[in-house]
Formats: sequence, structure tokens, C-alpha cells
Amino acid sequence: MSIEVRGLNKKFGDFVALEDVNVSIPTGQLTALLGPSGGGKSTLLRIIAGLEKGDSGTVNIEGVDATHLPAQKRNVGFVFQHYAVFKHMTVAKNVAFGLEIRKRPKDEIAHRVDELLKLVHLSQFSHRLPSQLSGGQRQRMALARALAVEPSVLLLDEPFGALDAKVRKELRDWLRRLHDDVHVTTVFVTHDQEEALEVADEIVVVNEGRVEQVGTPDELYDEPANDFVMSFLGEVTHLGGVSLRPHDIELDTRPRLAGGVEGTVSRMVRIGFEVRLTVLTVDGDEVSVVITRTHARSYGLEEGSTVWLTPADGATVIPRMVAAS
Amino acid sequence: MADTLMPEIVEAPPVEERRRAPRVGRTPTTYVLRFVATAYLFLLVAWPVSLVVTRTFDGGFASIQSLLEDPDTVVALQLSAYVAFFSVLINTLFGVGISLLLVRQQFPGKRVLNALLDIPLSVSPIVVGLALVLVYSGRNGWFGSALSSIGFQVIFSTPGIIMATTFVALPLMIREIVPVLEEIGIEQEQAAQSLGANAMQRFWRITLPSIKWGIVYGVVLTLARSLGEFGAVKVVSGNVLGQTRTATLVVEEKYLNFDQQGAYATAFLLAMVSVACIVVVAIIRPKNHA
Repeated sequence: MSIEVRGLNKKFGDFVALEDVNVSIPTGQLTALLGPSGGGKSTLLRIIAGLEKGDSGTVNIEGVDATHLPAQKRNVGFVFQHYAVFKHMTVAKNVAFGLEIRKRPKDEIAHRVDELLKLVHLSQFSHRLPSQLSGGQRQRMALARALAVEPSVLLLDEPFGALDAKVRKELRDWLRRLHDDVHVTTVFVTHDQEEALEVADEIVVVNEGRVEQVGTPDELYDEPANDFVMSFLGEVTHLGGVSLRPHDIELDTRPRLAGGVEGTVSRMVRIGFEVRLTVLTVDGDEVSVVITRTHARSYGLEEGSTVWLTPADGATVIPRMVAAS
Repeated sequence: MADTLMPEIVEAPPVEERRRAPRVGRTPTTYVLRFVATAYLFLLVAWPVSLVVTRTFDGGFASIQSLLEDPDTVVALQLSAYVAFFSVLINTLFGVGISLLLVRQQFPGKRVLNALLDIPLSVSPIVVGLALVLVYSGRNGWFGSALSSIGFQVIFSTPGIIMATTFVALPLMIREIVPVLEEIGIEQEQAAQSLGANAMQRFWRITLPSIKWGIVYGVVLTLARSLGEFGAVKVVSGNVLGQTRTATLVVEEKYLNFDQQGAYATAFLLAMVSVACIVVVAIIRPKNHA
């Protein structure tokens, strides 16, 4: 394990940011800390980096107890949401910063900076100032700067949060490919479940200062530990005492299967190939159902139609929690 | 490290930030406002100052020349330069330190300290002078008698003049640096820290270059204020001809002795130094810095 966090607590005044957090982050993987805003995931990342101090608990990086090490001695690379570029230095100087601090020979620095700028596709901008770069370019420069010192772990705090949707998606793919090349243990914070599911090898779901679940994207999606994880990773609806995904409900216009719940279609919205239905069941539930356009047409569905709903075979289903409904 | 193959990310480069405000249509109000502002500045600043210049050169360069041939005036000008130098030096060092303390640290009494820093601007310099005399006077000062017993005289001597000048100009540097520090935030320093830089390296490589222009402006303002200080210096200096008389005191002395030409010439020299500083900074300052 590359990073071991044990019994970590952190309070800001009365606000509990982290409560008895225990996480192990595997070496060489791309791990996402996923959770809603204000859930404590950024605080956790900053404590790992040494930019913030926990009230109690320990942080161990690559077998070294880092709990009381200052940030500059932890050998972590940190990438900030708002880039934190050194505004008065050129792109090349920014990337060279960590190496110059380490007093490496000049030609070695020049060579390494060159290599890194090529890696992040900024070679032609090496003499520009950061103010002449776009947001995505600045963030790639920040990433090169963090990688320059060959950190034992790379930490990214909402790295694409300040970028527009299209660039964010492109950079996300690029990060995944970069990681496949560089293989440095990487942890990134995100509140975007799609980003986490798409990029990460492993996801740590953090909510209200606690770790809710740790697992691969598939594990989390298929076997969510609780209602929160399930609802955070995708749309959730409730059918007869269980929570499940709207596309995991089978619909029929006749009571064919045992346990089918009868209801009336109260709303129908068509979005491209799919149709979203709101069904009012006889039990008094309001259930969301997603079916394909073709499917809907073959049943001749319209608002007011009577339908029978059953959870599909193999659907992810968890008992409905009273508090969550 | 293999190159990560991917199509180049296409993203529009940022549009150069424009500092000029968007043009609004010119209405009669525009012209009225322009006229008022121009007339105000002309009557209050430009005209009086230009008269100093014209008076100085009434008889060509003769007045300046005679001024520079008078050894007492030369000593006064040197003393002013000497005092201004130390005042700027002290205020720069303390100004940077106090600004960092105010912006980056939380401590009890911070608001009180902040308020105290404005006192030099809000009380009359005469009061500053009298207050310093109360504390540092060699005869009956609270701390001065102890100092004078070990042979260090503050009041009626150069240290007192430097002290009074430094006091009066104290807030100028801090008020220039604090907003800059607040604007740059701490992320750049945190990034430097995570890249291995210790506190000194962060200060020299990140903080100082970022607040450079704030310091330059602070120096210019402090210098101008220090050269021009009159009231506090008059009280603490004793105004001894050729020893503790600064250039501003010379101006008053000459004016009261009906040597108007000499008074204007000295005033002109003092004003020129400050104007020259401001002009030089305006020229060398990069355009993209606000």
C-alpha cells in the first residue's frame, strides 16, 4: 500500500470535516476520492499532502510515517483546482521549479523539462507566461510541474473542476492515458461520479467526513454498500421496499410475472433513444422507469396507461432505508 | 517515458485581458465631468506647482546654482537624503514583515494592530514629534534619559529625525503590500512547498517576486513622504543649522527670511525627486500589471 491513513480526525471549529477515516491507497493505481461538496474529500487529500494538519490519526506514505513531516519533505506532487501557477515565471521555469530547489545540474533540468513539456503537449509554449495559456494548458503545465520531481504519489484536487465540460472530458481521457504511461500512484478528488467511474481504478466514496465504501468502479456500481453510495453513483428509484436503478425495472402492460406492481403512467418524456416514465403505483409510490423508445412504442404506451413493474433479473437492488426516502 | 498519444486538445487561448474600460457613448455629462476634473486638478495641483517651477527659474539656473554653493543648504539636502534612505529601508523591511503577519497569520489583537497602523496617517505629524520627545528626550524622556546616560542621543539628533520620518511614513508601504498579498493568495506558496521549497525559498522565489511592484510603489511613496516630512522633524530635530536642519526646514527658514527665490528653488528640488521617482516607475512597470 502506498498511502495508509489511520484514524484520521479533523475539525474546523465545530464543523467535523473528517471522522475516524481509515483508507489504504494501492501503489501504482489511479484512485478517486468521490463525494459531494463539503464531504471532506479535499481535506483528506490536503492532509495527505501536508498542506493541512489532522487533529489526530496518522498518515503513512510509502512506508514512511509522514504524520508530522512538513509538506516539502513528503515528496508528493500536488495539483490544485485553480492551477496555482507561478505567474511570474515562464512555463519552462514553472516546470523546472522543483528540480531547481533540489539543485540538480542545469543540463539535467533542461533535458527533463523538455521531456515533460513534450509529455503534456506544451513544448511550443515553453517560453510563454502562464497568463498566455488557456485553463486546460495551465493545468497540464501544473501537472508537468508536479511530475518533474518524480513524486512518490501524485495528488490532484478537483483538477478539472474549473474547466468547461468539453475540455474537462478530453483532459480526463488524457489523464487516464498518461497514468497508463507513467504509473505513479495517483489520487484525485472529484464530485463527478462519471469522472470517477470512467478514469479510476479504485474509488473511495467520502461523505460527511466518513468513508462510505471503497472498491473498483464495478464493485461500487454493482454492489453499493448503502443507499448513499447507490444514489451518488447514478439515478435511483424505489419500487416496493427496494432501491434500484430506473433502467433495471421491467415493464409490462399485463400482469405476467409474480410480484409485479400495478401502476399508472403519469408522465412520459422522450430523450433521444430513451423514454423516461413516471409511474404512480397502487402502493402509492412514484417510480421512475427508463425504457427504450422502441420498447415504449411496441407497448403503445401513453400517459394514463396501466402497467405492471418488476425488478429485472440481475438488477442491483438494495433494501430501501427509511431515512433515505 | 513514452509520449502519450492523443489528438491535440483544441482549446481557444485566452483573450488578452484588456485593462481599458468599455467605451460609453459621449454625452454632455462626459464633457462636464471632464471639465470639472481638469479644472479641479489645475487649480489645486498643477497651477500652484507650476508656479513653484516658474519662480525657481525666474532668473535662469542662477537660483539653483547659488543654492548648491551654500554649504549649509547642501548639508541639509544630504541630511534629507540620508534620513529618507534609512526611513525607506526600515519601512520596507518592517512593512514586508508586518504585511505578511497581517495577511497570513491569525492572532489575537490583529484588528488592534491593523488600526494602530493607521495612526501615523491620522494624527498630525506635530503630535508625532511631541510624542517622540516625551519618550526619547535626553533630559526628561521616559526612555531617553536611559539612552543618553549611555551616550546615545535621539532627540535633536539624526536618529530622532529618522525615527520621526519613519513613523510618519510607516503605513504607506503596508497599505501597498497588503492588498497584493491578499490577491495572490497562498496557493502558489503551497504549490512551491509541495515541490520541496522551504520557507526561505518560498519567500525569495514566490512571495517576493509576486509583491515586487507593491514594494516598488511603497518605496516611491515612502521616499516622497520622507523627503517632504516637516512637522514631526521640526519638533524632534532642534533645527540646528548645518547639523539637524533638513531640506524642508531650509525651505521654511528661507521663506521666513524673505529669501523667496531660495525657498522656491529648494522646494523645486524636493518636488523633482518625488516626481522623478513616480515617472521612472510608471515607465519601467510592465503594462500587464495592474
